[in-house]
Amino acid sequence: MSLIRKTAAELGAMIAAGDVSAAEVAEAHLDRMAEVEPKVQAFLHVDRETTLEQARAVDARLRAGEKLGPLAGVPVAHKDIFATRDMPTTAGSKILEGWRPPYDATVTARLREAGLVILGKTNLDEFAMGSSTENSAYHPTRNPWDLDRIPGGSSGGSSAAVAAYEAPLSTGTDTGGSIRQPAAVTGIVGMKPTYGGSSRYGLIAFASSLDTPGPFARNVLDAALLQEAFSGHDPMDSTSVDAPVPSVVEAARNPDVSGMRIGVVKEFAGEGYQPGVLARYHEAVKLLESLGATVVEVSCPSFTTALPAYYLIAPSECSSNLARFDAMRYGLRVGDDGTRSAEEVMALTRAAGFGPEVKRRIMLGTYALSSGYYDAYYGQAQKVRTVISREFQAAYEQVDVLVSPTTPTTAFRLGERTDDPMAMYLADLCTIPSNLAGNAAISVPCGLADEDNLPVGLQIMAPVLADDRCYRVGAAVEKALESRWGGPLLKEAPSL
Amino acid sequence: MTMVYDEALDRFEPVLGLETHVELGTKSKMFCGCKTAFGAPANTQVCPTCLALPGSLPVANAMAIESTIRIGLALNCSIAEWCRFARKNYFYPDMPKNYQISQYDEPLCFDGYVDVEVGGETVRIEIERVHLEEDTGKSTHMGGATGRIHGADYSIVDYNRAGIPLVEIVTKPIPGTDRLAPEVAKAYVTELREIMRSLGVSDVRMEEGSLRCDVNVSLMPRGASEWGTRTETKNVNSLRSVERAVRSEIERQAGILAEGGKIFQETRHFHEDTGTTTSGRSKEEAQDYRYFPEPDLVPIEPDPVWVAELKAALPELPSVRRKRLQAEWGVSDLDMQAMHNADAFDLVEATVAAGAPAADARKWWMGELARRANESGVALAELPITPAQIARVTELVASGALNDKLAREVLEGVLAGEGTPDEVVEARGLKIVNDEGELSAIIDQVLAANADAAEKVRSGKIAAAGALVGGVMKASRGKADAARARELILEKLGVSE
Amino acid sequence: MSAITRDEVAHLARLSRLALTDDELDHYATQLDAIIESVAKVAEVAAEDVPPSSHALPLTNVFRADEVRQSLTPEQALSGAPAVEDDRFRVPRILGEEA
Repeated sequence: MSLIRKTAAELGAMIAAGDVSAAEVAEAHLDRMAEVEPKVQAFLHVDRETTLEQARAVDARLRAGEKLGPLAGVPVAHKDIFATRDMPTTAGSKILEGWRPPYDATVTARLREAGLVILGKTNLDEFAMGSSTENSAYHPTRNPWDLDRIPGGSSGGSSAAVAAYEAPLSTGTDTGGSIRQPAAVTGIVGMKPTYGGSSRYGLIAFASSLDTPGPFARNVLDAALLQEAFSGHDPMDSTSVDAPVPSVVEAARNPDVSGMRIGVVKEFAGEGYQPGVLARYHEAVKLLESLGATVVEVSCPSFTTALPAYYLIAPSECSSNLARFDAMRYGLRVGDDGTRSAEEVMALTRAAGFGPEVKRRIMLGTYALSSGYYDAYYGQAQKVRTVISREFQAAYEQVDVLVSPTTPTTAFRLGERTDDPMAMYLADLCTIPSNLAGNAAISVPCGLADEDNLPVGLQIMAPVLADDRCYRVGAAVEKALESRWGGPLLKEAPSL
Repeated sequence: MTMVYDEALDRFEPVLGLETHVELGTKSKMFCGCKTAFGAPANTQVCPTCLALPGSLPVANAMAIESTIRIGLALNCSIAEWCRFARKNYFYPDMPKNYQISQYDEPLCFDGYVDVEVGGETVRIEIERVHLEEDTGKSTHMGGATGRIHGADYSIVDYNRAGIPLVEIVTKPIPGTDRLAPEVAKAYVTELREIMRSLGVSDVRMEEGSLRCDVNVSLMPRGASEWGTRTETKNVNSLRSVERAVRSEIERQAGILAEGGKIFQETRHFHEDTGTTTSGRSKEEAQDYRYFPEPDLVPIEPDPVWVAELKAALPELPSVRRKRLQAEWGVSDLDMQAMHNADAFDLVEATVAAGAPAADARKWWMGELARRANESGVALAELPITPAQIARVTELVASGALNDKLAREVLEGVLAGEGTPDEVVEARGLKIVNDEGELSAIIDQVLAANADAAEKVRSGKIAAAGALVGGVMKASRGKADAARARELILEKLGVSE
Repeated sequence: MSAITRDEVAHLARLSRLALTDDELDHYATQLDAIIESVAKVAEVAAEDVPPSSHALPLTNVFRADEVRQSLTPEQALSGAPAVEDDRFRVPRILGEEA
């Protein structure tokens, strides 16, 4: 089997054993990228030489006997929202075109330290705002399952790169579903860790109280290995949790759900859900029951208000977070003809540098925070957030994990929802509650919808800091389904 | 247009409000590890966080929190059991994030007071809140005729100051100060400055901007019960300016009100050169800062036990100390005021601690040294002489080794960098002539040269001895002990007093 | 009745420093109106007695010691600047004075 079809765990083991070099592995992936990128367009930035240099440096470290982690030498693609000091970092926006950070994000730095090799920076919806990656200021990315369809978003470049075998691993960020939804619609694994479990330092902020870095991989164990490599307390991020957490890698290696209590969220099914999605989801629930879990229905009535609360909280925070893009210290500057004021240049630059979705959310957030509206909108949304957290807590008193479809539908067509923001926002219906409550949630493939033969994701939600439960249940589902399918779901994908 | 002060006060009553910003003297900035040194080369004390590079995050400085709580305690405030930082959103090029991390409705300290003495009376200034925020960068305006912001072609920005911890102390409205309003304002800021110094939390140098003051003034007609519209005057950067800004704003507002005009709630700027204020902002739109809790930081929950410990460990506060020193030194209110104005308490106290009598310590610092400091245009504390050296000089005078005139010469030598008092005495040969033989020889010369005067004394006109003593002092170049010389002269001339 | 007027959108654009054309203002007014109407559903949750959450996790007192860390060099600090003069960020003329 060619190197690009191997799992990250396998590649790590082969490199550690000296069966293959990190440089050879990187080269194989760079070759694959050269072959399929014209179709998929998952990347915004690739620099073959820099990547190979990194790989050779890791080979040298290993030869020198340095003790690196299990992923040493394995390539990874970073969502272009993590600062990388040797590569441009744009957040998918024209306003940051060409910007090279003088520093590394904690996620980037930790993975470098662990010996992972950066393949490039992946495409995303501008500033992570979107569910299709069509809001990238550079180009859309295509779903490897069907090039006319979206790869999900906002981390669509990262999901497409892994699904297209361009990278065994990638990083993403999940603010309202931006890892889980792309993973679901491209048939791979994507995990939103507990908020605060992985550092936001160097991650270009969209909504600070929601943004969470997380892993993409083609299987549950690889995702766990990647998460373990970059998570943990970071003194540079005040919201980072300094507490011991159960090992996610061990959980991924222990796919046993017997005796576990699984809650089915009543509100996440029915009208508005694609029948093929619901069919696969119900089968997955039955499968869990057959594996020895107890399944109960749980009602969380306020989850239906999570979407409106999210579309107040996230834009409010973004309106403030994106104020720094003002043409003064870095990035684009437009209209500075020597006569215009700083204020005018700021407004012209921001009008030219931000895309429509970003402008929409900045204005919505500015509105929600304005005096006179604050209590009715932002203040009320923060209260809804408390109510949702309480419903989660009540549910977790009855069950160990909650499950739902990751998305109401499979991947939609490019252009299908671009003129209808509200329709686009619905893609995150099931994923948003976990962001508001900060708890852990994973999406694992659970089959193809009958209507369109496109992947469906099962979402598994667990309490704060119980990320291990997501991996344990996810691994159990993966093991059972792969034995039924005779291999990973991705082998059903058309070749590119 | 403006009305003279006395007339303004005949017709109107002022209500004051003061917002004071104190830059804390922490080693590192409020939310990052950059240095806080004043005057460093441009943009050498900046990092991703204080430049607001994409992806950077703030982490609060523990010492800044502690200092703010200590300030609150010194101002008799309650300390919040739980509070948060908030973002204050507005665009401005010297503020890298285009929001300032500040505190909104949940300040760290609230409801305190500070007593100040004005004209022999104690005035209680109530403190509404003490909160923590971050400073901005510094713009230099280029081109244009004035170097000011208006008419400039462009600006250049140094972010070294951006992110330095800034404590904002806000008073409640201060009514009832009447004619003393300018003095009360000045006394309050002076007192704050001394409290900050005694706490050691800031160097509070107004000229370097580490203490800045905004002055709110409103007027109401005498007898009215409703306060007038206030203005906020910024850029008040010296103690004297605080006084002048209040006075000027009272005169200006009175002039407008007297003519039936209206005061607009606005920001005004104080100009040191003219002593007047001008309108700072002509925006028709009210500012909407869209405050919301800072999501990049977590709430502060000071441990009550720790707060109690901080309170117990507060240093002696300036007002308490002044009372103690006055009692110990036995000096008048007037002398205390003079020392206060000259910033001489520390110096005098240290000199006394080094062994000098309080009266002597005060005499030297407030006399000869104050004169020399004034001549060189420096503060007393900046003179190149130590309290221990002054104490040594007073010791030499007390032992009779120096007289006052010689002592002044010794001080001159020390200030000129010639060494310690003892070294200067040695090098300049300034010891009083105690050798009786040498003194006797000098007296003989003087008597011989002034035979007339000697004769007068001999004949009983003892008053004429003064001229002879003067002659001896002159001949000894001041080094003779004048009292002993007089005794010897009378003895030699065979008369007694 | 619309939740937001075109004038309000123009005000928001000014507050947000976005120079929008008339056409854009019309376009955003329509969209924002629909979005605001939809998000107003948060009001349906009875939450009078519920405290707001700004964070999912109840962390408090996260501080750093007052220690100096390495700053960027001026070259690094200014590396992304659109214009530089005398080791400072050169910016267009500034109107008015703020805080």
